[in-house]
Amino acid sequence: MAAAVRAGVSGRILGRGSAVGARSMSSWWRSVEPAPKDPILGVTEAFLADPSPDKVNVGVGAYRDDNGKPVVLECVREAERRIAGNQNMEYLPMGGSVKMVEETLKLAYGEDSEFIKDKRIAAVQALSGTGACRLFADFQKRFSPDSQIYIPVPTWANHHNIWRDAHVPQRTYHYYHPESKGLDFAALMDDVKNAPNGSFFLLHACAHNPTGVDPSEDQWREISYQIKVKGHFPFFDMAYQGFASGDPERDAKAIRIFLEDGHAIGIAQSYAKNMGLYGQRVGCLSVLCEDEKQAIAVKSQLQQLARPMYSNPPVHGALVVSTILGDPELKSLWLKEVKVMADRIIGMRTALRENLEKLGSPLSWKHITEQIGMFCYSGMTPEQVDQLTKEYHIYLTRNGRIR
Amino acid sequence: MNPRDSSSSSPSDRRLSALARHLSSPSAGGVGGGVSRSLASSSSFARGDSVFSHVARAPEDPILGVTVAFNKDPSPVKLNLGVGAYRTEEGKPLVLNVVRQAEQQLINDRARVKEYLPIVGLVEFNKLSAKLIFGADSPAILENRVTTVQCLSGTGSLRVGGEFLARHYHQHTIYIPKPTWGNHPKVFTLAGLSVKYYRYYDPATRGLDFQGLLEDLGSAPLGAVVLLHACAHNPTGVDPTIQQWEQIRQLIRSRRQLPFFDSAYQGFASGNLDADAQSIRSFVADGGECLVAQSYAKNMGLYGERVGALSIVCRTADVAGRVESQLKLVIRPMYSNPPIHGASIVAAILRDREMYNEWTIELKAMADRIISMRHQLFDALRARGTPGDWSHIIKQIGMFTFTGLNSQQVAFMTKEYHIYMTSDGRISMAGLSSKTVPHLADAIHAAVARAV
Repeated sequence: MAAAVRAGVSGRILGRGSAVGARSMSSWWRSVEPAPKDPILGVTEAFLADPSPDKVNVGVGAYRDDNGKPVVLECVREAERRIAGNQNMEYLPMGGSVKMVEETLKLAYGEDSEFIKDKRIAAVQALSGTGACRLFADFQKRFSPDSQIYIPVPTWANHHNIWRDAHVPQRTYHYYHPESKGLDFAALMDDVKNAPNGSFFLLHACAHNPTGVDPSEDQWREISYQIKVKGHFPFFDMAYQGFASGDPERDAKAIRIFLEDGHAIGIAQSYAKNMGLYGQRVGCLSVLCEDEKQAIAVKSQLQQLARPMYSNPPVHGALVVSTILGDPELKSLWLKEVKVMADRIIGMRTALRENLEKLGSPLSWKHITEQIGMFCYSGMTPEQVDQLTKEYHIYLTRNGRIR
Repeated sequence: MNPRDSSSSSPSDRRLSALARHLSSPSAGGVGGGVSRSLASSSSFARGDSVFSHVARAPEDPILGVTVAFNKDPSPVKLNLGVGAYRTEEGKPLVLNVVRQAEQQLINDRARVKEYLPIVGLVEFNKLSAKLIFGADSPAILENRVTTVQCLSGTGSLRVGGEFLARHYHQHTIYIPKPTWGNHPKVFTLAGLSVKYYRYYDPATRGLDFQGLLEDLGSAPLGAVVLLHACAHNPTGVDPTIQQWEQIRQLIRSRRQLPFFDSAYQGFASGNLDADAQSIRSFVADGGECLVAQSYAKNMGLYGERVGALSIVCRTADVAGRVESQLKLVIRPMYSNPPIHGASIVAAILRDREMYNEWTIELKAMADRIISMRHQLFDALRARGTPGDWSHIIKQIGMFTFTGLNSQQVAFMTKEYHIYMTSDGRISMAGLSSKTVPHLADAIHAAVARAV
């Protein structure tokens, strides 16, 4: 009633004819369905809404200290102190911070990488790992329009959304072996062999999300070999470099094997976890090309995809990264802090396993310490998860993934 | 032994059997000498085998490309009038005092963390942004009919809005003014909409082609999406009058067309935040629906932080809730959640009365300096007796002036006077200072005179 009166009043103020379009119009969006909650981020929403003092959130992939509090690294605080008040906020180039990208490539490809020296890597700053994957998916669609992407089962749920929204057809390959709670290596190799030549394969570089199950070095070598034979394109999602073993060089081993074997790879890198920069959305997409000329061409096309999405990437997080990695002291502090985080997680795994065994659980929990990285695939069913949430106020994703 | 029986075989058994299968398989490459050596010899990644070898180099972005060319020029008198970023009298970028203050606050707050924002972004920022553009007493806000999501500046807001429309709106054509910001067509095309144009700029008058606009929107399909620059049209600086806006509103509503406002200059055009939002507010006041893309790049000087918001005004709160849930599905596979830093700065300023007031003062100072540059340039051209009517320089509004110069004249000015601007004759007034106005006036004079 009040709305109609107001509409009438404003109609008089705005003049005749403005009643047109007010009451006679109904919503354009009547048929819009409510969307399902995001399976991961929706968990945090539910957790926040829970009033219980005993609630625990082991859902979303964000690191917590021993008091359950989020952590800002000291190297990050120091970098921000140095930045504040000094920098302007001008637009970055479309490809983002050159300095940040340079340092980021060194982490993935190696300090002394010949590919960096030869300028063969097309690389742009991206909106964390998600943004890097999405840019690559859009690029794949545009320049390899007949290709499809093979995605491991299981994988981070959003991978499916990303390639779907990029309109790239997707298939899956075997990865997790539920009975052993390890890698289904034989089936994985079969899938690689049976995929049409020149397929695109999404690989988790380390600390597979959500299972925590990684191939061994030998297994990586075999996977690399077979992918080479089939002429597939390997795309690495590396969201946990440094976080898995505590040593970034070690965590990049799979990538280095593929580089040695002569693959032309793509990599999505994220600083969300290993620098604790979650909300800053800092990452990098790189594509290894045949030569400098091609790298320039590919980079220019990646920029053409970024421009109509967000024009240029955010400066603040990139500045934090380049400040830290560009300063030997800060970089060394960062490496120490990453190791502390990784060690704490490894310590938690050991403690959880020991506790479960002490409680006299009849099941085998060795997968907890055999799996690697932030996540543990507990092996619980969705119904068991719901029970944990309802009775114990423990929030985790319904696939049984624990952080 | 069954190679698939992973639980009973040892790792080395599995590896051996896998290797055996590779070596005996006809698809295997070189045999013997170990896995990696055979890879090197059978490497198909020599030259010419990249899956991307056909990728051609993309042309330079016409706007950002101007700055690239400018940076390469060694001349001491070079002038960058390309990108729309504000500059001080000294030609320097400006970080507002109030922004520095907000930043300091954030640094000093040790309790602050950098966790992921929700997909829709910083909730307080969203609410404050809606109030800023629609007015705190807007009926749409009071009735909970607006959904606002944080996006990556204006570009990101337009893209997310466009993708939402492509998925959920019954009409997939968007009408954009001619000319418009160079990135608009690409944003909407990649979002999945098809782009058509409506007449806007009249080169003869260097003003609004109002008749053409009414005709084109009048013949556009019922229900079409219509992109409107809320104020300070980019690149022309030509805005409809209040009366013309009212006619546009009536036409759009009578044809059930859906307005999509791009608001990149609120406060920057006239110096007054409410005045610059008037076009949008009049559309909301009639009770109808619309989309609004807001940017804080210019009016808070937060360019590189990529801070913006997309608002969708709906008929009911229930619809707004459902719309928001669908916006999340667009955002999650694009970048998951937006960057926290810039939005935190904006929220700190908008929520604090003193800082807000200080902001409005700094904003007015920027707008006033630009208006002053317009007058100085106009006077300088008149003083030189430059042929032509240059009054559009002071009639046009906002950061840009569409000079009316053609691309040959622009090329001449770049070559002889080291003036960098986009080839459509657009100059950024923010890039001028009292010291550099004479140089620009000389260049324009020379370019125009030589054509005669």
